[in-house]
Amino acid sequence: MEVSRIIMPILYVVLAPLLGALLTGCDRKISARMQRRVGPPILQPIYDVIKLFKKQVIGVDRAQGFLLFTNLILTVLTGCLFCLGMDLLMVFFILATSSSFLYLAVCVTGSPMSSMAAQRELVQEMAVEPATILAALGFYLATGSFGTLRIASQPVSAIIKTPGFFIAFCFVLTVRMRKSPFDTAQSEHAHQELVQGITTEMGARNLAMFQITEWYETILMLGVAALYFLNSNPWSILLAVVVILALYFVEILLDNTCARLKWKDLLIDLWAVTLLCDGINLIILMMI
Amino acid sequence: MAVIPFLILFPLVISVVMFSVRVNRIRNAIAYASCAVIMAATVALVVLWAQRGGGVQQYYVNTEAVNRVILLAEVVLMVFVTICCVRKRRWYISLLSIVPTLAIVWLETAGPARAPLAHIYLDNLAVLMCLIVGFIGCLIIVYAVGYMHGYQHYHRDIPDRRYYFFFVLFLFIGAMFGFVLSADLLWIDLFWETTSVCSFLLIGYTTLPEAETNSFRALWMNLLGGCALAAAIVLDALHTSTTDLHLLVNDCRAGNTVSLICVALIAFAALTKAAQLPFSNWLLGAMVAPTPSSALLHSATMVKAGIYILFRLSPAMTGNYCGMMISFVGGFTFLAASIMAIAQDDAKKVLAMSTISNLGLMVACAGVGRPETLWAGVFLLIFHAISKSLLFQDVGATENSLHSRDIEEMQGLLYRLPKLAIIMFIGICGMFLAPFGMLISKWAALRAAVDERNIILTFFICFGSGTTSFYWTKWLGKIITRSSKPKVKDITKKNEMLSLWIHTILMIGICALFPFLSGLFVDPLVTQIFGSYTQVIPNRILVLLVVLILFFFAVPVVSYLRSRNMAMNRKLSYMSGINTGNNDAFTGSCGQEQPLVVSNLYFKKVFARKVLMLPCEVISTAVIIVMLTMTIGGAF
Repeated sequence: MEVSRIIMPILYVVLAPLLGALLTGCDRKISARMQRRVGPPILQPIYDVIKLFKKQVIGVDRAQGFLLFTNLILTVLTGCLFCLGMDLLMVFFILATSSSFLYLAVCVTGSPMSSMAAQRELVQEMAVEPATILAALGFYLATGSFGTLRIASQPVSAIIKTPGFFIAFCFVLTVRMRKSPFDTAQSEHAHQELVQGITTEMGARNLAMFQITEWYETILMLGVAALYFLNSNPWSILLAVVVILALYFVEILLDNTCARLKWKDLLIDLWAVTLLCDGINLIILMMI
Repeated sequence: MAVIPFLILFPLVISVVMFSVRVNRIRNAIAYASCAVIMAATVALVVLWAQRGGGVQQYYVNTEAVNRVILLAEVVLMVFVTICCVRKRRWYISLLSIVPTLAIVWLETAGPARAPLAHIYLDNLAVLMCLIVGFIGCLIIVYAVGYMHGYQHYHRDIPDRRYYFFFVLFLFIGAMFGFVLSADLLWIDLFWETTSVCSFLLIGYTTLPEAETNSFRALWMNLLGGCALAAAIVLDALHTSTTDLHLLVNDCRAGNTVSLICVALIAFAALTKAAQLPFSNWLLGAMVAPTPSSALLHSATMVKAGIYILFRLSPAMTGNYCGMMISFVGGFTFLAASIMAIAQDDAKKVLAMSTISNLGLMVACAGVGRPETLWAGVFLLIFHAISKSLLFQDVGATENSLHSRDIEEMQGLLYRLPKLAIIMFIGICGMFLAPFGMLISKWAALRAAVDERNIILTFFICFGSGTTSFYWTKWLGKIITRSSKPKVKDITKKNEMLSLWIHTILMIGICALFPFLSGLFVDPLVTQIFGSYTQVIPNRILVLLVVLILFFFAVPVVSYLRSRNMAMNRKLSYMSGINTGNNDAFTGSCGQEQPLVVSNLYFKKVFARKVLMLPCEVISTAVIIVMLTMTIGGAF
C-alpha cells in the first residue's frame, strides 16, 4: 500500500503523456478511418511534439511560455495529488487554477483570434465547473469520502449510486477533451471561424507544452471517470478500462458526427444537464 | 479595561476635531497620528485581552449614567435624521427612525425593569472584528488622506468638504468599535443606527442629485433594518426582561420560540446591513461616493457589521425557518450577484457586485448554523476584508492615474502601470484562485452544506463558484494582455502606496499563515460561539495547501526569470488581414487601416442588472416574507 502510494504518482508523471499521445494517435487513426482516409501512424503525435521541441522558438509574447509552463506544472501536480489519493475537491479546484493559467497564456498575446478563443474557453470553464464540483460531491455522498483511493476501494462501484453524476461528467469530459459539439474554443482543423482557436499564437515549444498538458489532463479526467467503476475487486480495473475505452470511442464518434455548438448553447446545454442529472441524483442521495 | 471606552470614544473625539480643523495640512497630520493611536490601542486591547487569558471576558455591569447618554445620543440621532429628511423633502423616511427610537425611549423610561448585564463582551470574534476595523479601517483613512487630495484637485465642481469627509470616517470607526464590543442590544442599536447614518452621509458627500438619491436609498433600507432591530429589542425586553444579545442566543438555543422571533428580526436587520437581496441596491448606489468611502463600506465597516451580528446569531439559527431564510437568501445572493457581476465592465461595479456575492456566502454560512460553516464564514470575513479593501484602493488609485475605471481600458495595465497592476493581480487572485484563502472558505462551506444535506445551498455554491471564476479570470486576463498604448504616469501618492503595500503583505501573510491562524484563533472562536467544534478540513491538508501556495508563487516567478533571457524570435500576431506592425491594427480588405479592438464577453443582454435585479428581488422578498411569517406563526 505504502509503496503503491509513491509509485502511482511517478507512473502518472511518466506514463500519462505517453498514454495520452497513444490515445490521440488512435483517435486520429479511427477518425481517419471513419472519414475513409488512411490516417497518420499511431505514434504521429509523439513525433509531432518532438519535432516541435526542435524548432526555433517563435512567439508573439514572451510571457506566454512561462504561463503555459505553469499550466503544465499545475496540471501534473493535480494529477499527482489525484494519484496520491488526495481530496477530489481540492484536485478539481487546483485544476481550475491551472485552467486560468491557460486562459492567461492565451490572452496575453492580445491577438484577435486567440483572444476570442480565450473568451470561449472561459465560457467553457464556467459551463463545466458546477458539474465538476458536483461530481466530487457525488462521490462523497456515495462513498463517504473525498479521497480518491478510498473511493476506489469501496465494496461496490460508485456508479451504482451516482449514475446521474456520471452522465453529467461525460459532458464535462467532452468539453475537457475538446471534442465536438463542445469544442468552441479550439478547432482542431484549420480555416474555421477561429483559425486555430486558443493555439493560434502558440508555436514550437509552447505548442508542444500545451499538447503535453492536454494529454496529462485527458488522462486525469479519464482517471476520474474510472473512479466511477473501480471497487475493491481487482477485476473492476478491467471493467473501468473497458468502459473508458468505450467512452473514448463514443467521444470520437461524436466528434466526427456533430456540428460545433455556439458557446451560448453550450452553456445552456451543460447547465441544463447539470441541473437535471446532478440535481436529481443529488436529491435522491441526500434524501435517502 | 480602560482601553475599550478609549477605542470607542477616541475616534469620536477625533471626528469632532476633524470637523473643526479647516487647515488641510494640520488636519492630515492629526488624521495620521490618530490612525497610529487607534492601531496602537487595538494592539493594546488584544495584548490586554490575551494577558487576562483570552477567551470570553465581560466588563462594565453598572453603567446607569452611560445608558442615559446612549439614550440621549439615540434621540439626537433621530432628530438629525428627521432634519435631513425634511430638508430634502423626504419626511416619510424619517418615520423609520422616529418610530423605533420612540419605542426604545419608551422601553428605557417606562418599560419593565431589566436585569443587570455586562455591557461589554470581549471574545475572539469581537477581537477579530476590532483588528479588522482598527487596522483596515485606519489604513483606509491613511489612503484617504492622499486620495482626497487628488480627488478634490481633479473634481473642481465638487465642493471641498474634506473636514466633513474625515469627520464621518472617524465617526464610523468609533461606531464600529462600539458595535462589535457591546453585548447590550440597546447599545448595539445606537451604534447600528450610527453606522447607518454615517453611510448615508458618506454616500451623499458629493451633493450631486444622484448621490442624494442613492444616499436616501441607503438610509431608508438601513433604517428599515433598524426598525426590525428595535422591534426585536422591545420584544426581547418584554419577554425575558433583559436585552443581552448572548442571553438571547442561549434562550433561542434552549427552544424559546419568542426568542426565535427576536433572532429572526435581528437577522432580517442584518440582511439589510449586509446588502443582501432584496436590499443590495443601496450598496451599489454607494459607488457615487469617493473611493475611500466605498473601500470602508465594503471591507472594514458597514457590511461587516451585518455579517458580525449574523455570526453571533448563528447557533440560534440551526435547523429552523430563520436559518433556512438566512441561508437561502445568502446562497441566492451569492449566485445572483456573481451572475450580475459578469455583465459589469466598470471595475468598481464589479467589486461592488462581488462584495454582495461574497457577503452572500458568509450570510449563508451563518444561516446554516453549524460550527464548520462558521469557521468557513470567519475566514471569508478575514480574507474578504483585506482583499476587498486592497482592490478598492487599487482601483481608486488606478482611476486617478488612468482617468478611467473601465476594465476594457485596463488592457495591458501590467505594462502601463506595473505596480498597481501587480497589486491588483494579487488582490484578484486572493478573491478566487486556489490555493488562496477565499477558496478554502468556499470549500469548507460546500462540504458543510453537503453534510447538512442542504441541496439548494449546494447548488448555489457550485454554480456561483463557476460564475465567480468567470468574471475574475476575465479581469485578470485584461490586465496582462499586451497593449501598444503608451505608459501612464503613476500619480499614486506615497501614503496611498503605503496602505496598498501593507494590505498586499497582509494578504499574502495571512494566506501563508492561515493554518496557524486557524488553530490558534479561529478554532477557539468557533468553540466559544458553539460550544464544540470539529475541523472540516484537516490540518494536514491546510499545511499542504500552504506548501502549494509557496509553489504557486514559485513556479511563475522561476519560469519567468528563466524565460526572460531566452532567445525568442518575436513575430506579429495573426489577424486575418495584414498586421500593420504594432499588433494594434490591420489592413482591411479595402486597403484601409482598421484598428484592432479586443473585448471581453459581458453577456449584457442576459446578465445585466437591469434584467436580473427585479426578478431576484421579487424571489428573495417572497422567501423572506414567507419564512418570517412561518417563524412568527410557529411561535404561537
